[in-house]
Amino acid sequence: MLYELTAHALHEKLKAREITAVELVESLHARIDAVEPHVKGYLTLTKDLALEQAHAADAGFQKGEDMPPLAGIPIAIKDVICTKGVRTTCASKILETFVPPYDATVMRKLHEQGVVVLGKTNMDEFAMGSSTENSAYQITHNPWNLDTIPGGSSGGSAAVIAADTAICSLGSDTGGSIRQPAALCGVVGMKPTYGRVSRYGLVAFASSLDQIGPFTKDVTDCALLLNAICGSDAMDATSVDVPVPDFTQNLINDVEGMKIGIPKEYFTPALDTEVADRVHTAITVLEQLGATVEEISLPHTEYAIATYYIIAPAEASANLARYDGVRYGYRQENPEDLINMYKKTRSEGFGEEVKRRIMLGTFALSAGYQDAYYKKAQKARTLIKSDFDAAFEQVDVIATPTSPTPAFKIGERTADPLQMYLCDVMTTPASHAGLPGISVPCGLVQNGLPVGLQLLGAPFAEEKVLRVAYTFEQNTDHHLQKPQMRVNGATSS
Amino acid sequence: MPTITTEGVCHVANLARLEFNNEETEQFTEQLARILDYIGKLNELDTDDVPPTSHIHPHQVVIMGSQTEASHVAKPDVVKPSYPREEVLANAPEPEEGYFGVPRVVDRSH
Repeated sequence: MLYELTAHALHEKLKAREITAVELVESLHARIDAVEPHVKGYLTLTKDLALEQAHAADAGFQKGEDMPPLAGIPIAIKDVICTKGVRTTCASKILETFVPPYDATVMRKLHEQGVVVLGKTNMDEFAMGSSTENSAYQITHNPWNLDTIPGGSSGGSAAVIAADTAICSLGSDTGGSIRQPAALCGVVGMKPTYGRVSRYGLVAFASSLDQIGPFTKDVTDCALLLNAICGSDAMDATSVDVPVPDFTQNLINDVEGMKIGIPKEYFTPALDTEVADRVHTAITVLEQLGATVEEISLPHTEYAIATYYIIAPAEASANLARYDGVRYGYRQENPEDLINMYKKTRSEGFGEEVKRRIMLGTFALSAGYQDAYYKKAQKARTLIKSDFDAAFEQVDVIATPTSPTPAFKIGERTADPLQMYLCDVMTTPASHAGLPGISVPCGLVQNGLPVGLQLLGAPFAEEKVLRVAYTFEQNTDHHLQKPQMRVNGATSS
Repeated sequence: MPTITTEGVCHVANLARLEFNNEETEQFTEQLARILDYIGKLNELDTDDVPPTSHIHPHQVVIMGSQTEASHVAKPDVVKPSYPREEVLANAPEPEEGYFGVPRVVDRSH
């Protein structure tokens, strides 16, 4: 079926005019109708718009124009990225009615390629969470086992790839929100180097950490998406003006002579034994393919979560001050006065986890506590970053598990915020250092849930990361495995 | 590291323009205290001589499209059109005569 294919395979078919973009989007719509009621990956579907965009792409193909690689390709967008004229909620009640008057820079770039936008995907409210259970609207189910979470915060964007209800998607990663759900849903997900992709139009959570990146079915598609979205932008002063290579040039099936570091601090007793086993097996595969594997040390790894849960909430508390009921979104009716309107609007509009983080961040920045918490965390961040700087003097790429466990049951960790925070233990260190990181599927555990291999590179060394990921993928078949969705007793593959 | 009390939670809630009932206040106090206790782990680190990191590319800032060592970003001072007023106000909960409406903040008697 067309919906099962990769973007690069579909591009060949579109170019050869074996299929039309309209047939393709109709295949996706039929798939969405069949399985979306069980997966619930989308918050908003834009079926009419998608059809219009597919017709436009077909017009280009029919004229025999040299169409970009993503022309006519159906894509899903995390609902934290502003889409002109299409509701953007951040899975929050406070933005229930928000329709952006502009497109994020990544959307402008995707439209230049002629993509077909299927809709907006579910997420943890304002990207705060690791399971997508913090959405104000719905729970997204992991297609590999509908009783489990898809990971988060970009859980919808990961689940729609695993469920074949989108060909590719965009998410955002602040402390692991692309890599962790990619691992838990058995798909490819990549966070580019901080500054590679413009954040203009990405609703801000933690501005020094947030980065947009792709979810795809294989590494080739990941490179194509990176080609489309990377590049400096006058609208984002933190986007960095470094040349953007053609990432498809790094799809090289060879790791001979490359050095891969294995940080011993990631293989703790807290790591699930089956996850550890699959990751060790993956590393052995790379070694057999000619890579040199060596143990390295990233001594400040254990401080990454504590550091993250100061810095990210502190930045969030400032960024989310804008939701005051004045310019957009929800406003509590009949307030007594202005201050009361702010308080009622925010207390009713934000969910519990968002309020918890605003509180944590406001506390960490408040008079008398700023040095003890915020400044201390910024210094710890320097130490974590220095660990990576030293490691990349020694090795080309670092390999670790993406998540300490496979997907867990819906509801299992919602009672204890700290336990949920610890889901990010493998992904936050690289976020502090702004590094590029990919998660690729590296097998299933016994109960059938996927495991992800995380590959990290030095800043702007996406090329090495992609090369190792591509080589691993070309010599294994984990990325070809598909969930057998058991829906009402019947199996839908 | 200092921790947080119920009074502290009420103070911080006011700073953040949030409000909680008693039950929520207690729950937040308990949860935040536990999270802050975990964060106390950072005290194990000697950071006296460590500079803080606020941004990972401190020396790569863009000025009009070229890389410089500067720490500020400037764009050419050119007038560009803004978004049309009606498009911006379309999202406002209570637009009023082309402005964002808010509850009265000035006492009528003065």
